[in-house]
Amino acid sequence: MTIAWSTFTPWSALAGGVLIGIAAGMFVLFNGRIAGISGILGGLLKPAKGDAAWRIAFIGGLLIAPLVYALMATLPMPQIDAGYGALILAGLLVGIGTSYGSGCTSGHGVCGLSRLSPRSLVATAMFMAAGFVTVFVIRHLINA
Amino acid sequence: MQVFASLLAGLVFGLGLIVSGMANPAKVLGFLDLAGAWDPSLAFVMGGAIAVGAIAFFIARNRLVSLLGTPMQLPTSRAIDRRLVGGSLLFGIGWGIAGFCPGPGLVALGMGEVKALVFVVAMLAGMGLWVLFEARAGVSK
Repeated sequence: MTIAWSTFTPWSALAGGVLIGIAAGMFVLFNGRIAGISGILGGLLKPAKGDAAWRIAFIGGLLIAPLVYALMATLPMPQIDAGYGALILAGLLVGIGTSYGSGCTSGHGVCGLSRLSPRSLVATAMFMAAGFVTVFVIRHLINA
Repeated sequence: MQVFASLLAGLVFGLGLIVSGMANPAKVLGFLDLAGAWDPSLAFVMGGAIAVGAIAFFIARNRLVSLLGTPMQLPTSRAIDRRLVGGSLLFGIGWGIAGFCPGPGLVALGMGEVKALVFVVAMLAGMGLWVLFEARAGVSK
């Protein structure tokens, strides 16, 4: 294993992580809910009365975050190397997988681990392992 | 008030994803590429988020209502079953293909990225398919 020191950004990663932790903490303390993005979004597809507004507000907050960031600093643009076919396949798998597994990086990874949920620990270990293996297969076997 | 708190939490969450580099798929894939030039940054994102989150969840644990008076709705399921494991594996494969998980996909969509829009629409289609499967299987919760 070699470390990519040139792209390693521990301080901004830690600072961003703290912001994510603050957001998840605010959400559980003020709204009494888990800040699980797949669950918040997926819940909009099965609308129950009075259940949609807070979901739309949270998603809206995520969508306007780049605009708010751009008011304070230069927005770093993402580098998306995947082609359209790969993005569609990835999106389908993420949508089905997070629904079936009841959570994603935020719900299981951040909130679940923060509250020491054994269920979330298993889920996080599984999606991390699958992510590592998938990138290995794509980068070092298929595109080797 | 609840809706405003929700908007604010989403906004701060999104800012955290941008600051941390999680909203950039190339950065995420650099973390998932253990056999290549590995970028460990995202471990620091998780570390920072969990360190702060753990304090809030510790406070929340024994409360019955939130600070806004709404009921605490923390997950009660403890089942470690095929659904949890299989679903998480599928999610991880999708995450590894493009470097997007749900939050960063939405944030990158907010940046006006067409590719993020394609990802988010496909993700919603996947979630919709699951709702249909569940309804058909008659085990919809």
